[in-house]
Amino acid sequence: MEGALPADAKTCAESGTESGPRGPGCSLRHFACEQNLLSRPDGSASFLQGDTSVLAGVYGPAEVKVSKEIFNKATLEVILRPKIGLPGVAEKSRERLIRNTCEAVVLGTLHPRTSITVVLQVVSDAGSLLACCLNAACMALVDAGVPMRALFCGVTCALNSDGTLVLDPTAKQEKEARAVLTFALDSVERKLLMSTTKGLYSAAELQQCLAAAQAASQHVFRFYRESLQRRYSKS
Amino acid sequence: MFCLQRLDGRQTYDYRNIKISFGTDYGCCIVELGKTRVLGQVSCELVSPKLNRATEGILFFNLELSQMAAPAFEPGRQSDLLVKLNRLLERCLRNSKCIDTESLCVVAGEKVWQIRVDLHLLNHDGNIIDAASIAAIVALCHFRRPDVSVQGDEVTLYTPEERDPVPLSIHHMPICVSFAFFQQGTYLLVDPNEREERVMDGLLVIAMNKHREICTIQSSGGIMLLKDQVLRCSKIAGVKVLEITELIQKALENDQKVRKEGGKFGFAESIASQRITAFKMEKAPIDTSDVEEKAEEIIAEAEPPSEVVSNPVLWTPGTAQIGEGIENSWGDLEESEKEEEDEDGTDEAIILDTIKMDTGVEVSNIGSQDAPIVLSDSEEEEMIILEPDKNPKKIRTQTISAKQEKAPSKKPVKKRKKKRAAN
Repeated sequence: MEGALPADAKTCAESGTESGPRGPGCSLRHFACEQNLLSRPDGSASFLQGDTSVLAGVYGPAEVKVSKEIFNKATLEVILRPKIGLPGVAEKSRERLIRNTCEAVVLGTLHPRTSITVVLQVVSDAGSLLACCLNAACMALVDAGVPMRALFCGVTCALNSDGTLVLDPTAKQEKEARAVLTFALDSVERKLLMSTTKGLYSAAELQQCLAAAQAASQHVFRFYRESLQRRYSKS
Repeated sequence: MFCLQRLDGRQTYDYRNIKISFGTDYGCCIVELGKTRVLGQVSCELVSPKLNRATEGILFFNLELSQMAAPAFEPGRQSDLLVKLNRLLERCLRNSKCIDTESLCVVAGEKVWQIRVDLHLLNHDGNIIDAASIAAIVALCHFRRPDVSVQGDEVTLYTPEERDPVPLSIHHMPICVSFAFFQQGTYLLVDPNEREERVMDGLLVIAMNKHREICTIQSSGGIMLLKDQVLRCSKIAGVKVLEITELIQKALENDQKVRKEGGKFGFAESIASQRITAFKMEKAPIDTSDVEEKAEEIIAEAEPPSEVVSNPVLWTPGTAQIGEGIENSWGDLEESEKEEEDEDGTDEAIILDTIKMDTGVEVSNIGSQDAPIVLSDSEEEEMIILEPDKNPKKIRTQTISAKQEKAPSKKPVKKRKKKRAAN
């Protein structure tokens, strides 16, 4: 239904938010995004969620090393760089999660035997870092004009020890939480592209978090839409 | 000197615009020199000192050329350029003794602060060293380390809430200024951009502080410079360093003021909101009141995991099923095509046919009723799937005769069929 009547779905979401949140944690921090701020990459974006900030640069479709060449699709590479020190296991694992998400939406078959490289630089980490990385990657891919099946966004939920749900948690909230769940959702069907969790939670709580993430994703996609509308308003 | 026009419209001695923005953390800054962009972050850690310098803190610089900056930079490879830049930075900032390393000592011979400066090149548009040196010194000036107190043998580390973090003691601010030489030193340019760097013959880097003290000087590219040229460059460097130092101090004061007044600071504030490529959204409340109901609904709707059927289920003689089976649309399509031929009896055969497809079980010797059910992976099965036109007909002709004898078995088959359709 949402797919058939996107406009209606949007207004529904808007009226839904105006009724007011229930808990204090049920809100997204302020968002900011700037695209095309770097001159060298084909696409770049800086994404801020509260004090968390990630800079993304995309090169591609470009020449690929013979060893990495895939004959029927583009080679997607994600590089995540920490702010302090050298990349470790945690970065590698996040890179993989982000790459899998990107691979699910990027139409790599349109550019066989090329490479698409997404470089992410953590600028400041104040909670929900993986979600911010995903959002930055999506905006940079859009800026680079890489063909995609759908847009995607990342939403992080934290479950406190008393079972309350916090969306887009800060670093402190993440630390205190019993479980932290991060989802990647696509913009067309709002379906799950990736999920990663830490901590203990029940099946019912997982579904609750997922439903909350879906509600939050509406806002993120609205932010994407308005941001892009502004960008292409003068053409 | 000839008056020449540069590609970006600058004059010979002009610097590109410098923009300094600070993050929310202490010791975090982004320096933009034209389109070249460097992220600087200072961090600290308590470590044991070097054996020969028991009362001195440790300073560590690490410049990284991220692949984001230019596609040619490969991750994890120490290129010549990177080694050269790191060495120059160390000479400019560590060997010039601009940071008082003795003040970083906590317990002599046991605990000292290690100050780590991470610099990430985000966009390469020439003159990396100038941008990196500015970023390093700005980040060091901005940085605050946690306060410590020593009472006897006890060392107490205070959190930012307990005691305000303390800034590093900085004696002076060395800044690198690059000069590019062309045609064996005939032409000279200040702050070369990437295109100019590509065609230059030689490079002279002078690190200087605002007191006009030279901290480091390095000439590379193998050109011979005259004494006058070096002197002239050092004069120009003096002027440029003064300008840049003023800019840095102004930026630091600004940030300090905003923090003191409790205003908004951080990178979000430094995004130019009038830019068409930038967009901001205020804090958005999300309605999560229906989340619990939604979750319950989903859980209620979800089927409990079915028990695994390991034994083959006999639907009718000649048709068996193992497991749940998957809905096969191929069989359905077949049926709709055949609907026009309303022959007596063919219907049945098709149903039988579809179920056989559904279950994916090949039954050999379909014609004889009493024959045992044999589950096989014979090649014949593959034939049926690959050549949908021929085989169903073949089977039908075979089964028509069998069907009349199996009259009682028709009904369950039909029922099942309908159930499927309803689903």
